[in-house]
Amino acid sequence: MNALVPAPSVPALSVRDLTVRYGRAGKTLPAVDGVSFDVAPAETLGLVGESGSGKSTIGKAILGLQPPNAGRILLHGTDITRASLRQRRVTAIDLRAVFQDPYSSLNPAQTIGQTLIEPLQVLRVPKDQRRPRILESLAAVGLPADAADRYPARFSGGQRQRIAIARALVCDPQVIVLDEPVSALDLSTQAQVLNLLADLRDSRQLALLFIAHDLGVVRFLAQRVVVLYRGQVMEAGGAEEVTQRPRHPYSIALTAAAPVPQPAEQARRRAAREALGVGTAGATPPAAAGCPFATRCPLATDVCHRERPPLVSGVACHHADQVARLRLPDRAA
Amino acid sequence: MRVPRALRTAGGVLSAAWLVFLLFASVTASWWLPYPVDAQDPAHTLAGPSSSHWLGTDELGRDAASRIAAGSWISVGPALLAVIVAFGIGIPLALAAAEHGRWAEHGFSRFAELLLALPSIVILLAFVGAVGVHPWAIMTVLGVLLSAPVYRIFLGQAQSLRTRLYVDAARVNGVSSLRVNLRHVLPAMATTIAVQAAQLFAISVLIEAGLAFMGFGPSVPSPSWGGLIAAASQHVYDDPWLMVPTGVVLALTVIAANGLADAVAGGREREAVPARHRKPRTIVRAASAGTHDAGGMLLDVRDLTVAVGGPDGPALVTGVSFALPPGTVLGLVGESGCGKTMTARALPGLLPEGVEVTGGSVWFAGRDSADRDLAGLPDNELRAIRGREIAVISQEPMVALDPMFSVGYQLTQPIRRFRGVGRAEARRIAAELLGQVGIVDAGRMLRSYPHQLSGGMAQRVCIALALTGSPKLLIADEPTTALDVTVQAEILSLLRALVRTTGLSVIIVSHDPGVVADLCDEVAVMYAGQVVESGTVAEVLGQPAHPYTAALLAANPHVAEGLPVPERLPSIPGTVPAPPDWPAGCRFASRCSLATAECAAPVPATPVHGAGTVRCVHPLSSPAELPVPHPVERGVPS
Repeated sequence: MNALVPAPSVPALSVRDLTVRYGRAGKTLPAVDGVSFDVAPAETLGLVGESGSGKSTIGKAILGLQPPNAGRILLHGTDITRASLRQRRVTAIDLRAVFQDPYSSLNPAQTIGQTLIEPLQVLRVPKDQRRPRILESLAAVGLPADAADRYPARFSGGQRQRIAIARALVCDPQVIVLDEPVSALDLSTQAQVLNLLADLRDSRQLALLFIAHDLGVVRFLAQRVVVLYRGQVMEAGGAEEVTQRPRHPYSIALTAAAPVPQPAEQARRRAAREALGVGTAGATPPAAAGCPFATRCPLATDVCHRERPPLVSGVACHHADQVARLRLPDRAA
Repeated sequence: MRVPRALRTAGGVLSAAWLVFLLFASVTASWWLPYPVDAQDPAHTLAGPSSSHWLGTDELGRDAASRIAAGSWISVGPALLAVIVAFGIGIPLALAAAEHGRWAEHGFSRFAELLLALPSIVILLAFVGAVGVHPWAIMTVLGVLLSAPVYRIFLGQAQSLRTRLYVDAARVNGVSSLRVNLRHVLPAMATTIAVQAAQLFAISVLIEAGLAFMGFGPSVPSPSWGGLIAAASQHVYDDPWLMVPTGVVLALTVIAANGLADAVAGGREREAVPARHRKPRTIVRAASAGTHDAGGMLLDVRDLTVAVGGPDGPALVTGVSFALPPGTVLGLVGESGCGKTMTARALPGLLPEGVEVTGGSVWFAGRDSADRDLAGLPDNELRAIRGREIAVISQEPMVALDPMFSVGYQLTQPIRRFRGVGRAEARRIAAELLGQVGIVDAGRMLRSYPHQLSGGMAQRVCIALALTGSPKLLIADEPTTALDVTVQAEILSLLRALVRTTGLSVIIVSHDPGVVADLCDEVAVMYAGQVVESGTVAEVLGQPAHPYTAALLAANPHVAEGLPVPERLPSIPGTVPAPPDWPAGCRFASRCSLATAECAAPVPATPVHGAGTVRCVHPLSSPAELPVPHPVERGVPS
């Protein structure tokens, strides 16, 4: 999609060795444990994982809502790791967010116009420019101008999510963190919002950090994917490679578990998945020292429980050379 | 402007009217008093009500009505001050503690506990002793003491409001901390503030009057209610009437403040909790006469109609028919608002209050009797069927389990009830059921409490719970929607294994065609309260005949390995119409790329895929026929 855009030297967003811990050190495993990735300008990076993978915590740390314990966060090369929300008014003007739940992400007591005008007031945009910018941003997400005078209760889930996107766009940002923006939506509305995001990505050259649990959705929107499990990066690479030819046992489990709406194909995938021998989620907590996936992994050996595998060419697995035999057989016919 | 909910009840109106009158009267008293406060009338001392003195006179012949009115400000004003001080300290502390996290909360909470531990009456009396009798100062001290309970009440609310995503969104947008609190947190607390303020006001008025009664009120010539009551108590034998007017005014004020608090709180509760109590089911439709030959079907639903508030109310589900042979899995698939959950809940009589089955029949081949029409059964007979013959599992396993009881207790109770066995035997069966749902360490699980379980484990326990009555039919409403995808795959495999080994039939409600493809034998696609297409899962998902089914499948971004992902998803324009907007003809026509004039007339269900049906004038014979909608769909706002 953006193959013609030359890769600039400075990433739009850069995360280095990020570690976030809830509660006291030593008592709990970190929610995010040494995660690094870059998002280039005009690039979409998918951050995929299940609940407890730390994907939303990473988003919160980037947005300044959760102070990290270690690591660095750079926006266009500027360190914003420790910037307070007040300092971010200046340094992070380019960075905006869209959250998951379309019902709790809009203040029910404010009209859409009041919600959208708030960031402009903070940025001290001249009064006469505010209304035109609101209407422009509503138009960009496919909503009519009179939406500005209505309250959130009048809108469906998909429309509310468009409004949340409009709130991010009204400041004309270059980087948007999207935390599960479509997971609460129905299929047909989800497709509308995904198409809208793809349009905005292409027309505005936005750098998107797309946080999701659904690999199918990520594959549609993202160019590159980072797969997380219990706060650590399991695999990182191009979206097609990670979803089509996964190189980590967890990525394989994740791709194999997503059901496709073709009964015969799904039956074949299910049989292959049940033959994989991936353990039950949450059966036994992993050891702090080893690979977090070791307790569920069919390839796990002693070394996996003892040592944390390093991320080598995008895969963190001691047995990366054997992973290919776990992969689902190619599609019949 | 809207009338506040609190003022829509008689109690609320009367309470508010009294308080407004009192406040107005206390502030303006000096202008309209019939007699000066200290005017003595030696001719009428200790007199009862008369035309010249409406409420009588005291021992010096002073007019009681004038003195009550003149004393109202010094009685009510300091109480108001106490409330203002209590909220002025308590709420900012609560907001700050919620904003600044653990350490601030620890500090403020210890401070609040300290205040709560102090005996307030002793502190007030000590203050009077040290500083003297100054009603305004005394009530300020009371306000400081009351700020602790105010803080405690609002801390929890402020913390929960701060987790709202719109607060996060405002913070990310750089909105200042003060403004976030004023615009996004405080307004949502307004109702609770009103309730608490009214109650605290009542308490403060009583405390103020009590202190004045004991002599710690305003100095003697100036009247306060507490002082008036104290003076009247001197004459309780020779003129008991003197006590009455002041007492009544004081009592009315306290009652009115509490009444207003109740009215505000009641309005809020009605808003928040739609219907907690289930009314006994009213049977709108008489049971179908005669017997029924289900033709070997476990369940035969015919023309089921579900409506809000009886046959004349808006329908949520219309003319739904499907049949379920024993040992098969039927998927009800569709988007939110299509009526799939209402259909599923109508079968065992679990519709929410106000929603009723208004037509059609639900024939169920029970264990011990001839086919029965569940739609016509009274609630007590349905209750006997639920759990024993039809079990239900829901989307939120954590909500279905009681956090107060162990898994073992929650499993053995229904086992003992359904199977009539003793405690030890029930525990053995419970362990067996847990093994059946794939829980390895059943002994430990029986001792666990719900909060110790992951979502997947909790859903397994819920399935075990559903199996306690050995039901023939399991209704699963989005059983995997709240779960991770790898856990979803495990639960689907478990359900599949249960169907194979126990001969259970399952109706699964899902929005995800992938889940339906994985688990179901048959599928009914619902749209706007109707089944628009049904048949075997291979036929419906492989060769959809209804344009909606085809469009829904095309909008799914999940593709099998080896297939390309489209640049844009062919989405369906617009949204599902709400029940009042359903047209007489095809309900999908306004969003359908194949719609013609013929679609405006009612569309019957016609046979397709062998035993299946489709409700379409232009059924597709191959999916390729569906023209791809405009590739960049902007969505049509309502």
